[in-house]
Amino acid sequence: MNEFFAMGGYGAYVWSSFAIFVIALLLDFAAPRVRYRKTISELRGRYTRQKSRQEKAA
Amino acid sequence: MNKLTLWFHKFGSPPIFHRIAGLLMPWLYGTAVLGGILAMYGGLFVAPADYQQSDAYRIIFVHVPCAWMSMFAYLFMAVNAFIALVWRIKISEILAMASAPIGAIFTAVTLLTGSIWGKPMWGTWWTWDARLTSELVLLFLFLGVIGLYNAIEDRRQAARAAAFLALVGVVNVPIVHFSVNWWNTLHQGSTVRLLGPSRIDSSMLWPLLLMALATHLWFFASVLARARVSTLELEAGKDWARNVVLNERTSHE
Repeated sequence: MNEFFAMGGYGAYVWSSFAIFVIALLLDFAAPRVRYRKTISELRGRYTRQKSRQEKAA
Repeated sequence: MNKLTLWFHKFGSPPIFHRIAGLLMPWLYGTAVLGGILAMYGGLFVAPADYQQSDAYRIIFVHVPCAWMSMFAYLFMAVNAFIALVWRIKISEILAMASAPIGAIFTAVTLLTGSIWGKPMWGTWWTWDARLTSELVLLFLFLGVIGLYNAIEDRRQAARAAAFLALVGVVNVPIVHFSVNWWNTLHQGSTVRLLGPSRIDSSMLWPLLLMALATHLWFFASVLARARVSTLELEAGKDWARNVVLNERTSHE
């Protein structure tokens, strides 16, 4: 198993490359999810304000 | 209208796009992750070591798919930018702008993993040769598109300006692709070729192609995820957006 992680002496290079790849994709996965949630809560606030304004006017 | 144009118009309407994208996304992400894990297993465990580069060559299984994706993402962005500029189709503007950050990520990963591969094999992290420089230009183009899009207040005007930049920058894509043939470079030539036999053993080829497939699926999942947010933002004043937002179960507290 140790031999596997050593990657013929190139372990640091191989594993850091794969780590960068996985971390980049995780960030890519998270970014739109965070934005989606933020947008939903922002718009929800906007719609509720609009609604209360309309009710006051009526 | 024939069936295809009808379908196109239907899918191009933001509420339907938002719904269908939401249905497709989990499948795309799921198959991409499954394929990626299987490809990593094949690349790290099954494929034998290279006779020249020993185990260092395994970086190919992330580096090359990312490099292909960087060009694919740019072409996808440019095609959508073209449609957005010519026919003013809103969903194309959204798709073009959604693919820019993903392209930037894949390009950055390509440059970083390439650098890490270059150190033990070439003896240097970086060299200003044609392949590396044109790929760096690709990254700057992606960043330029993102920057321009965010610099202009009006969203649709911003999308059109950025789409124009994306379209102009498309000349760089063939330069990236053919740079290893056109100029002398440290970078090795193409390993996988569409025409003619690939210069790689099948035990190494299948994980590479599977990873390429997985990253394509991931790209589309990610594009749809970003485009869904943009459709909501751009159509915030419409009834369908209001319904989606008010029926969304995710608590915002």
